Amino acid sequence: MVKLIINRLLQGLLTLFLASLIIFGATEILPGDVAEAVLGQNRTEEALATLREQMGLNRPAVQRYGEWLGGMLQGDLGTSLATKRPVADMIESRMWNTLRLTLLAAAFSIPVALGLGLWAAMRAGGALDKSLAMGTLALIAVPEFFIGLILMKIFAVELGWLSSSANTRSYYSFWQNAQALTLPVLTLGFAVLAHMMRMTRASVINIFSSAYMEMAALKGLPKWRLVLRHALPNALSPILTVIALNLSYMVSGVIIVETIFGVPGLTRLLIDGVTLRDIPLIQACAMIFGTVYIVLNLTADILSIMSNPRLRYPK
Amino acid sequence: MTDTILSITDLDVRGRPPGGTYVPIVTGVSLSVKKGEVLALIGESGSGKSTISLAAMGFARPGCRIFGGQVVLNGRDIMTLAPPERHSLRGREVAYVAQSAAASFNPAIRIGKQVTEAPLWHGTADAATAANTAFELYQKLDLPDPEHIGSRFPHQVSGGQLQRLMAAMAMSCGPDLLILDEPTTALDVTTQIEVLKAFKSIIREQGTAAIYVTHDLSVVAQMADRILVLKDGAVVEAGETDQIIHAPQHAYTKTLMDAVTPKVRPVQAEPKKPEIVLSARNITAGYGATTILRNVSVDVPKGTVVGVIGESGCGKSTLARVIAGLTPTREGETQIEGKTVAPSVGARDKATLRDCQIVFQMADTALNPRMRIRDLLGRPLRFYHSLKGRAQVDRVAELLTLVDLPPEFASRYPGELSGGQKQRVNLARALAADPKVILCDEVTSALDTVVAAGVIALLNDLKDRLGVSFMFISHDLSTVSSFADDVVVLYAGRVMEKGPAAAVFQPPFHPYTKLLLASVPEMRQGWLEGVAQTDEARAASASGVELTAKGCPFANRCIHAMRDLCETTTPPDLVFPDGLTIACHLAPDALPT
Amino acid sequence: MSDLDIPAARASVFAGLRLTKTAIVAGSILLLWVFLAFFGPTLAPHGEAEIISTKTFAPIGEGGLLGTDKLGRDVFSRLLYGVRTTLVLALITTIIAFAAGVTLGFAAAILRGWFDIVVSRIVEAFMAFPSTLLALVVIGALGTSIPVLVCTVGLVLSTGVFRVSRALGMDIGVMDFVNAARARGEGAWWILSREVLPNAMAPLIAEFGLRFTFSILFLSGLSFLGLGVQEPAADWGLMVQENIGGLFLGSSAALIPAGCIASLTICMNLLVDWFQQRQQGETVLEKIDQ
Repeated sequence: MVKLIINRLLQGLLTLFLASLIIFGATEILPGDVAEAVLGQNRTEEALATLREQMGLNRPAVQRYGEWLGGMLQGDLGTSLATKRPVADMIESRMWNTLRLTLLAAAFSIPVALGLGLWAAMRAGGALDKSLAMGTLALIAVPEFFIGLILMKIFAVELGWLSSSANTRSYYSFWQNAQALTLPVLTLGFAVLAHMMRMTRASVINIFSSAYMEMAALKGLPKWRLVLRHALPNALSPILTVIALNLSYMVSGVIIVETIFGVPGLTRLLIDGVTLRDIPLIQACAMIFGTVYIVLNLTADILSIMSNPRLRYPK
Repeated sequence: MTDTILSITDLDVRGRPPGGTYVPIVTGVSLSVKKGEVLALIGESGSGKSTISLAAMGFARPGCRIFGGQVVLNGRDIMTLAPPERHSLRGREVAYVAQSAAASFNPAIRIGKQVTEAPLWHGTADAATAANTAFELYQKLDLPDPEHIGSRFPHQVSGGQLQRLMAAMAMSCGPDLLILDEPTTALDVTTQIEVLKAFKSIIREQGTAAIYVTHDLSVVAQMADRILVLKDGAVVEAGETDQIIHAPQHAYTKTLMDAVTPKVRPVQAEPKKPEIVLSARNITAGYGATTILRNVSVDVPKGTVVGVIGESGCGKSTLARVIAGLTPTREGETQIEGKTVAPSVGARDKATLRDCQIVFQMADTALNPRMRIRDLLGRPLRFYHSLKGRAQVDRVAELLTLVDLPPEFASRYPGELSGGQKQRVNLARALAADPKVILCDEVTSALDTVVAAGVIALLNDLKDRLGVSFMFISHDLSTVSSFADDVVVLYAGRVMEKGPAAAVFQPPFHPYTKLLLASVPEMRQGWLEGVAQTDEARAASASGVELTAKGCPFANRCIHAMRDLCETTTPPDLVFPDGLTIACHLAPDALPT
Repeated sequence: MSDLDIPAARASVFAGLRLTKTAIVAGSILLLWVFLAFFGPTLAPHGEAEIISTKTFAPIGEGGLLGTDKLGRDVFSRLLYGVRTTLVLALITTIIAFAAGVTLGFAAAILRGWFDIVVSRIVEAFMAFPSTLLALVVIGALGTSIPVLVCTVGLVLSTGVFRVSRALGMDIGVMDFVNAARARGEGAWWILSREVLPNAMAPLIAEFGLRFTFSILFLSGLSFLGLGVQEPAADWGLMVQENIGGLFLGSSAALIPAGCIASLTICMNLLVDWFQQRQQGETVLEKIDQ
């Protein structure tokens, strides 16, 4: 099993490496380069040439890639072109906002999704299952911004209970924070919850058709014991995969949520960076997102390996 | 009547596919089982025997439903009980032993916990008593290391042991009725003996009534007191074991018995030496790091059937794939009519590809379900012989007739055919190429006995009419012995013995061949008791199959093994005048007889 | 008694479609949208960019059938114009995703070896980015023209299709009829197109439906972020974004197109569910209660 885990870790590193190549490559294809972006309107050929020389843009791409990667590994995320500040500083303040949002959404959606998914699987075909199916279907079929808008309309506009802006200040009380953050957390959480619930239900039902489930039933065990004692341990692996998949989906959905509710987070930084052609910023943000996703997947895979008794206790 | 444990009257079970309507599966079946009695339910697939055995628990598989009938267990009609009450009887008064122990044990929970789960849940024992009962059961079932085997996971023990552990799990509550649903079908013949013996002894000892479901008639002879013959969901004949086996009344029963009786081989005229049409020489092959076959050589003479027998894991399927070019060899080569052919299918030319065709075991997956029969047969005709249009249509009809199928089948899809019919189409497809040799990889193993017999008759017929040679790979000794001209015995990737069938099945034997022959159940009661006692059987069941890089792979299970010699040096080939070759270190006159 | 007895010939795969009520309703709604994709613009009372009223964000009933939007344009008309854009774009991107994903996926499954390893790693690296992010960077770089949009979204979707087809290809690839074809000497092209593909049709069709809905959601999400279809085109996602302000003024100009998107995707999902559910039966838990 240890060999498998190490293997997986190495694969993850390889993917990270490939991802960094893709990011670097993608920014290379941006028409007009950094020099043009900096000089903006006032560019003349000589000025461009000088600046390029200065910024070292004339060196081969491979070399620049190496420097960039090396810098990344040491914690130097480059300097923003737009603000001239170290990117690391800019990210630090924003990252916490995004992180908080995603963690809260995960904390809310994962237990609910697993619980509902399990419950629905136990009562497959029943009234509860069917209504849950419809409900989750509605949630996943609907664009995320729609959910956000509806929630905003109901709770912020009509009822006025919650705030439609998620801009929190450090001096906010707990309740003020809660007021500001509830809507974005719910929006992000709902979309992911629906996916996770459906996938959990499907994985667990899939396990129900195994021979050992029938055998356990024929021992006279009741339904709850069949599900909790026999099905669940075997469902760990697929469920972990489902969670990882959805967490990364959440990373994607957070962009929309941050936009609707004006959360001053990482994705807004990225969007601004793209608009302004702030290459180092784009590269750093993209790299962070990519790394998070890869690490999440890696963790899920490794946990999956560890929860498989065939691998934990070889013959 | 008070010692009748189970009495089923007029059982009516129907099943429906998802979204479809109910069709009858079992109709009007009645049976009864007394205390300590073993009732066997025999029949082919689709006869409803498994469904009936589950109905004894008042249970129907997903998709099926018990529509009518009484199931009286210990004096109570369980069909009139409320579902929760009925459910509480399962595992307690009546217990089930499934066909595949490997699939029926929860892979994530330790064995011991699963074995003691039923008594603990039903409250028939506390933790200490349950553990103790389990331990005693392990001992009675002759399991190795009874102290610790319970703390293992299912994947850590062998198939035969798992099957016995499943029996322990079923007996843990001391049920009045035990249901055994094809419990040894998935096991090798040599493993089967110890399991059968264990089952029989524990049933006798506890005085449990039992229903034994199987399609294997020789196993039935060993285990059952009475037999119920089933066909298409109805009882065809019922009676004492002795009567059914030796004096069957109903025509269907007679056909069944006939299909299993070993046929007398027509005596061969003096052995002619026909030319060798296919020759596999010194094949060593495997997948990845494991080597499955070592130094295997097989010759197939023209117009003959060469049977390759061996149990699971011996590499017989790999041999077929290697010869067909689907799996690369590490060493060795294949020759067709004396010319060496390329080791991989991609490098062979059409003429070579035509000469050697392969037919697979599972006809369900061997025929593309989306193509009509005429296209399945037409493609090789087009590919190899460039036959098109009218000529192709005619030849397809010819091929279908050759395998005893009506030409109208050409417009059907595989899904509309039965198992035996699909296998015939499989054969027809191989014949479409006009091959010199056909490799049959366990082609009858998934078929019912009667159907399989029909296919074997067809193969014989084709051999005589067309002069095609066959390499017939199987684990079923009886089939091979009745039908093959030459036999090769494979064990753990090496050839143990080979030669003319008559010579192989008579002494002298390779120790493994002797074990194999002794393990095939005979159709007489009392055989089981005799065979399990021998030293050979004991030595053989002590350890499992090992693939070894050098020496003789059978050394760890052979009573004649000479420790140092057999484990380190590859045994020499002892050649006998009648064409028999045995690979063993023993002197020719010391070989088992 | 022997195996030569001929069982009754069963009809082909599509006999007895077994339509459920949900499938009929969902299918009809989808067909309605498809119809409107063709004839919407001709049925619209006003032009796509026509300003019909000075009252912006008029509620339902006033001004136009469904009110007016932020510039005073008729919501109903723009809705009808938008069907075409939404459906056509989603269709094209899904087709692109499938063309690329299925070919590569099947090829990887059948050819294996280094081809499989290289392509799988690359796809995994691409999937390492939240799709929106990737689209963000590329579109931000290359501009918001329709070809760029369509190719980017198609590329992003194709990674998922690749995974699914590769898994399918492998499942089918180990079946004996594929081995039989290999043993016959058939080339990779034949095996993929005549042996594997026909057997993968059912799951692929379901996958097409699902990707289609992803595409719609993704495209509308992009429009919402300002990266998709641009003004003054009548794309539904764009309509939602530009009319958000109206939410606070009591206008439903933002909710109606969002609702339409929802109806499209929900119906498609229901159809795909129906298509797949025909295979599912009871579970063992239900049998305990019987």
